[in-house]
Amino acid sequence: MVEKEKKEKPKIPRQKMPEQEAKVRAKNFNEVPLGYTPELAQLEASRCIQCKKPKCIEGCPVEIDIPAFIKRIQDGDFVGAARKLKERNSLPAVCGRVCPQEDQCEKVCIVGKKGEPVAVGRLERFAADWEKEKEEVFIPGKAPATGKKVAVVGSGPAGLTVAGDLVLKGHEVTIFEALHKTGGVLIYGIPEFRLPKDIVQAEVSYLERLGVKVECNCVVGRIETVDELLTEYDAIFLGLGAGLPQFLNVPGENFCGIYSANEYLTRSNLMKAYLFPRYDTPIARGKNVAIFGAGNVAMDSARTALRLGADTVRIIYRRSRDEMPARIEEIHHAEEEGVQFHLLTAPIRFLGDDNGWVTGVECLRMELGEPDESGRRRPVPIKGSEFQLECDLAVVAIGAGPNPLLPATTPGLELNKRGYIVADLETGKTNKPEVWAGGDIVTGSATVILAMGAGRKAANSIQEYLMSK
Amino acid sequence: MHKITYKREMAEKTVCHLKVDAPRIARKAKPGQFVVVKANETGERIPLTMGGTDPSAGTIDLIFQVVGKSTALLRTLNVGDAIQDIIGPLGKPTHVENIGTVVCVGGGTGVAVMYPITKAYKEAGNHVIAIIGARNKDLLILEEEMKAASHDLRVTTDDGSYGHHGFVTDVLKKILDEQNQVKLVVGIGPVPMMKFLCKLTKGYGVKTMVSLNPIMVDATGMCGACRVTVGGKTMFCCVDGPEFDGHEVDYDELVKRQRAYLTEEKASLDRFKEIGR
Repeated sequence: MVEKEKKEKPKIPRQKMPEQEAKVRAKNFNEVPLGYTPELAQLEASRCIQCKKPKCIEGCPVEIDIPAFIKRIQDGDFVGAARKLKERNSLPAVCGRVCPQEDQCEKVCIVGKKGEPVAVGRLERFAADWEKEKEEVFIPGKAPATGKKVAVVGSGPAGLTVAGDLVLKGHEVTIFEALHKTGGVLIYGIPEFRLPKDIVQAEVSYLERLGVKVECNCVVGRIETVDELLTEYDAIFLGLGAGLPQFLNVPGENFCGIYSANEYLTRSNLMKAYLFPRYDTPIARGKNVAIFGAGNVAMDSARTALRLGADTVRIIYRRSRDEMPARIEEIHHAEEEGVQFHLLTAPIRFLGDDNGWVTGVECLRMELGEPDESGRRRPVPIKGSEFQLECDLAVVAIGAGPNPLLPATTPGLELNKRGYIVADLETGKTNKPEVWAGGDIVTGSATVILAMGAGRKAANSIQEYLMSK
Repeated sequence: MHKITYKREMAEKTVCHLKVDAPRIARKAKPGQFVVVKANETGERIPLTMGGTDPSAGTIDLIFQVVGKSTALLRTLNVGDAIQDIIGPLGKPTHVENIGTVVCVGGGTGVAVMYPITKAYKEAGNHVIAIIGARNKDLLILEEEMKAASHDLRVTTDDGSYGHHGFVTDVLKKILDEQNQVKLVVGIGPVPMMKFLCKLTKGYGVKTMVSLNPIMVDATGMCGACRVTVGGKTMFCCVDGPEFDGHEVDYDELVKRQRAYLTEEKASLDRFKEIGR
């Protein structure tokens, strides 16, 4: 009888996060999802069945004890939940927002087998935000000082993770950042409406409170080389990111009004050009915008263009919808806000006026052929299908490569054919003694959490090395 | 923060020279390299060339023409004030070696960029002829410095108020006609000057280097704002330059790209004149 009652208990559906209405948010830079209320969070947390053999932990690149933190939310101990998260993840407020949970923890969630998975990401965000808002940020105890010095180059997700892990072990950690602000791609790449910048700043100041030193405006490779740093530091971690924009290499690409996504987003996010003229950096505000590529960066660019007042924003992508690399949530948000998708379409040249400004783009229609080396069906041009689209602004968001500035000034550092640093995927060790690397500079453009996972592994390996030295 | 330790205005206050505290940059910088300056929290990142460094004092020399809001704002700073962010040294240093006779040509504020390069060529053992020019006598900068940095200094003004009446290219042509041992011409100045200078030297078959100053944002090769076409290929001026083979540069594209934000720049400057920020 008791058994039967249990089965009849009405199933609680996966709780949606309240968000700004599409028409309203497409005109502002405020964050789109608004986060759970405590009631919603507890309701969602109650869906977690606290599996004895949870799959979700394995699904997480930094192995957060997911059932344990969700249990604390169930119990109403929200600060406790945040601290549980922070045992494994120094950036939970960031990861709760930008991790592709649908491909990680939520993908393998047991509850998800017979319905929708527990909304782990939304709960992570809730707990981290709660701790911040209540100003109950916990400063864990540090190991006694070891006297060892570690240099971390780059303050993106990989570098921040390494710094956070190693400072707790008692080492003296200094982060060298090339830009004037810390956070790497979190600050220059991901827009405010997806990841508010004060969240990133809070994560960095948390590390500073732990004792991490931060030196901005330091372009390693120019002001100091890796070899020079090695005379002062016992170990170096290179978390440089994928800081080299790729272009289409079609005629007319240097017309004014054609940006790399890196430039477009850096102007808007890092330089706050969306607040021009209150901030001094200008940004072209197109009425008719063409975005090339269909990854998360392309969606971010498209949605930024809308917020900067565009009438029409088109995503132009040479493959079909199934191959679009962006998260479904991002595509969905972009569509809701009015971004148009022109699939199976490839640009062949840009058109411009006498002042050198872009006025349009000539494209070819494509069809899908045999699978290529990436396993995706190769787009093949349809002969004679040329057509023109008008645009007064274009953003090329087709990926980024390794920035050669540091590798070129680091003799003896092994690179692969494409210029990425060769590092052991388990330890982050490079072929150069005392130098580790991780994140996009090793793997090519990937996700925040994968970079953090690489940082965690490298930090463990550096710790092992320093303590045996 | 970088404290300003010295300030002077030149060329009828159209050019400003600041010495600022930046000991690490002063130690590392080589002729031809530049820095990115962001004056304050809301400021933009602008590339400025270094007119020199003083490693022992730990200062670098910023010499810039006041053209838009960012430079107008920098000019309002005084000794004791500070600049929030200075990033550098950036770009490839000038490739300096002893090759014989070198002619260094600087126009307008380009003379400031030319000065440390001229000095370096002289120190490397070259015979250095320098030509500097301005629209008129009052706009001419760094004459004394350039005199000391070269073996032979020629001065031109567009209106004839001082030195040779005419353009730097007139004097350069005369030199190239008179002697055939010139191995290298380095030209730095307004884009039209560099364009015509290169047209001239191409005819004489003399290798010519120019230093370009396109719009930049990060200046570490991350954004591609500074793309220039050199020899039909797209280059990033911030990391591949700023110096390029002058005979290969697409100057018309460069000028158009430099003018991409004219409307915004004017609005920004007007606002600054009106409300002071």
